[in-house]
Amino acid sequence: MSACDACLRRSHLIAFLAARVAAVLAEPRPRPSAILGLPELEFIEAVAGGRKDAAERFIEDFDADVARNMAERAGIGELCAHDPLYPERLGDLYDPPAVLYHTGSAARLAQITELPAVTIVGARRASSAGVAMAHELGRGATTAGITVVSGLALGIDGAAHRGALDAAGAPLAVLAGGADIPYPRNHVRLYEQVRERGAVVSELPPGVRPFRWSFPARNRIMAALGRVTLVVEARDRSGSLITADFATQLNRGLAVVPGPATSPFADGCLKLLRDGAASVIRGVADLVDDVYDGEARPEGWDPSGRAYVLEQLSDFDRTVLDAVEEGQHAGAIAREHAVGAGRVRAALARLEMAGLIVPDGRGAYQPSPAR
Amino acid sequence: MVSRVATFAIEGVEGREVTVEVDVRSGLPVFTIVGLPDAAVREARERVRAAVLNSGLEFPMRRLTANLAPADIRKAGPGFDLALAVALLGSSGQLPGVDLDEWAFCGELALEGYLRPVRGIVAMAAGARRSGRRRIVVPTENAAEAAVIEGIEVYGLHRLRDIGALLAGELGVSPAVPAVPAQVDRSYGPDLAEVRGQEDARRALELAAAGGHNLLMFGPPGSGKTMLARRLPGILPPPSLEEALEITRIHSVAGKSDGTLARRRPFRAPHHTVSASGLIGGGSTPRPGEVTLAHRGVLFCDELAEFSRPSIEALRQPLEDKRVEIVRGQQSLTFPASVMFVAASNPCPCGRSLAKCECTETDVRRYQRRLSGPLLDRLDLVCQVQPPSDAPGEGGESSEVVAARVAAAREWQTQRLSGSAAMCNADMDVRETRRHAALDPAAARRLAEAVVAGAISERGHDRVLRVARTIADLDGRDAICDEDVDEALAYRILPPSMAVAA
Repeated sequence: MSACDACLRRSHLIAFLAARVAAVLAEPRPRPSAILGLPELEFIEAVAGGRKDAAERFIEDFDADVARNMAERAGIGELCAHDPLYPERLGDLYDPPAVLYHTGSAARLAQITELPAVTIVGARRASSAGVAMAHELGRGATTAGITVVSGLALGIDGAAHRGALDAAGAPLAVLAGGADIPYPRNHVRLYEQVRERGAVVSELPPGVRPFRWSFPARNRIMAALGRVTLVVEARDRSGSLITADFATQLNRGLAVVPGPATSPFADGCLKLLRDGAASVIRGVADLVDDVYDGEARPEGWDPSGRAYVLEQLSDFDRTVLDAVEEGQHAGAIAREHAVGAGRVRAALARLEMAGLIVPDGRGAYQPSPAR
Repeated sequence: MVSRVATFAIEGVEGREVTVEVDVRSGLPVFTIVGLPDAAVREARERVRAAVLNSGLEFPMRRLTANLAPADIRKAGPGFDLALAVALLGSSGQLPGVDLDEWAFCGELALEGYLRPVRGIVAMAAGARRSGRRRIVVPTENAAEAAVIEGIEVYGLHRLRDIGALLAGELGVSPAVPAVPAQVDRSYGPDLAEVRGQEDARRALELAAAGGHNLLMFGPPGSGKTMLARRLPGILPPPSLEEALEITRIHSVAGKSDGTLARRRPFRAPHHTVSASGLIGGGSTPRPGEVTLAHRGVLFCDELAEFSRPSIEALRQPLEDKRVEIVRGQQSLTFPASVMFVAASNPCPCGRSLAKCECTETDVRRYQRRLSGPLLDRLDLVCQVQPPSDAPGEGGESSEVVAARVAAAREWQTQRLSGSAAMCNADMDVRETRRHAALDPAAARRLAEAVVAGAISERGHDRVLRVARTIADLDGRDAICDEDVDEALAYRILPPSMAVAA
């Protein structure tokens, strides 16, 4: 459960030459070409330029144990492609990361990556509707036993992670920098939660800051980890479309949440639809169908996640739900429990939003027929 | 010789100055009135003649021409009698040494020379003050009513015989003072303490009052919808002086004034058979309708679904614009109509509770569709009223307690909305709503979720924001939290297409 010396050296070499990689990869839209998949010497040849000598010295002087100690101090584990726990799906890449650095134990990571996974990506500057949708899909997929993979970015990524956490799931975050560095900084708390309850992985050694090229490079890992890549909102020329490209190249499923043709938020998603590359996701059920793709879903899963939803209710909301199911009206509930009628109304709205009750069109509520 | 006298015509609910000119010259004894008089004004000739003669005054047997200026507005009703008589007396030299320019005159004459009260005296007195008159003579019965207008001396006149003495200051009467309201005791009227149970409706009523929101109550017949609605004016803040004058003036025009300044907000509950013009005003000489009579108060439409389609449609514009515009031929009138609109309805044709309802889904849909359309867009809150059998024995909080909370919430709104046309949360336009109803992050997420779930439309979104604002105001909080948004969501009105029929 570790990484062999050669693989470690390779990944540190990439980190060592990261600034050169940035220079070599064409601006303004750097895409990791075959470069990252090259053998060490060819890699040096391709990118090192004036730092060739330094790079060669680096390889000669590289001490794998020092690297291992450093990672251990940062609380980061490593898995190389030769380790049986290395996620199998990354093998589909022609330039798989030599080493996958991860938080938590390798066994825990294996648990997470063995589950069917969906990669949820989208705009950092997303609409509030998009954020809510990503949250709901992240939550719903998790209740169906699907691992949510995303990039911890602002907007859609973060919302998908939060949804997964809200469903008591173990989301997987793939970072463009070292797995020990919370990025973006605004998501420090989210990073900690994902790290604690799921896992954070990266192909770069701990302590390495993300480079511009490492984001699209990271995207290929995300695309490889998911059975399906789902784009929730993407503007034209969004980085999410790079992930979508990778997913298609890797023969993974591609899905999008559609939006109105007039919305700039939906532009990229609609383009994917128009290209005939993606399927449409209307909600959790669609997503779960796509991820399981004909396979049997886990037993006992209900797309509504009623058991889970019930678990999340506060005691008071639960009481109100019971009362509605007994046919009591809002006023009587307030009276019986000696609370303000406003609080009962608020609880009713929460229960409605959770899909447990529906308005009866008469100013009151009744239990949802679907449940 | 020509003399000129000021009087006032009622146009909508405003007093519009009319100058009465009477010319006396030699010729055959005829009395002509020109200047768009209606039948009642033309008949004034006979009343004035008889009244002048019966008062022991002289009616000149010469050629008399009276003109009512401006000549392009239609003059209606008997209110010009007194002014005609005074102008006639003036032009025939029977009122020597009186400066008629300082005075205004309004009143109907009886044949014996007594004055009869007229409608709209408050508006006339207000008009007289506005046009700079210092004194107004009105029938004695109207004097106290007219006196609610400050800044003008009101003299009550009992009989025409005394006009000369009055104008010369020899009658020895002092200006009228406003009547003291008959009952100063409970300014609140029916009290919420008398309502048993109905916690949900009470809360909705309080929110409606606190934010000026329009309210829809669902409940079977006899469940107390009217009873609840009647208690709404009592928990609203009492009218300001300015509002009280508006209310009084309108009621005076409608002939419903008791001669005192209105202390309470009006409550109007037209029957569902009311015609469109009965609701919004109309007639060949347009009179204010129910929505204007309820100005600054509550308009309650019980059994909203039973109202005729044209009536409901007619309400739309007044509720939107807070005034009624009536166009009749060449004239266009505006009546004020700033009301809180409260509607009540059976949920379905049979009116029974959901469990016992025997209506088919189609029946319910058809029934509720009658409520639908643009009117529903004006309703911010929906609540449920339970049959009294479901309500336990004890009464709830008194109107006074609730009114205090409402007043505090309104106070916040007044401060927040100073400088805006909006007076309460319900009046806020889109821009103000976004600015003043800032949500904390959890609340914003809740609302976004509701949009995603399709629970609210774009329009409904702002309505939920306004109601959430009111909920926070009632709680004395500046920030709107997720609990507020939840509650506001639960009162939202569903268009029938979105409602799940039983």
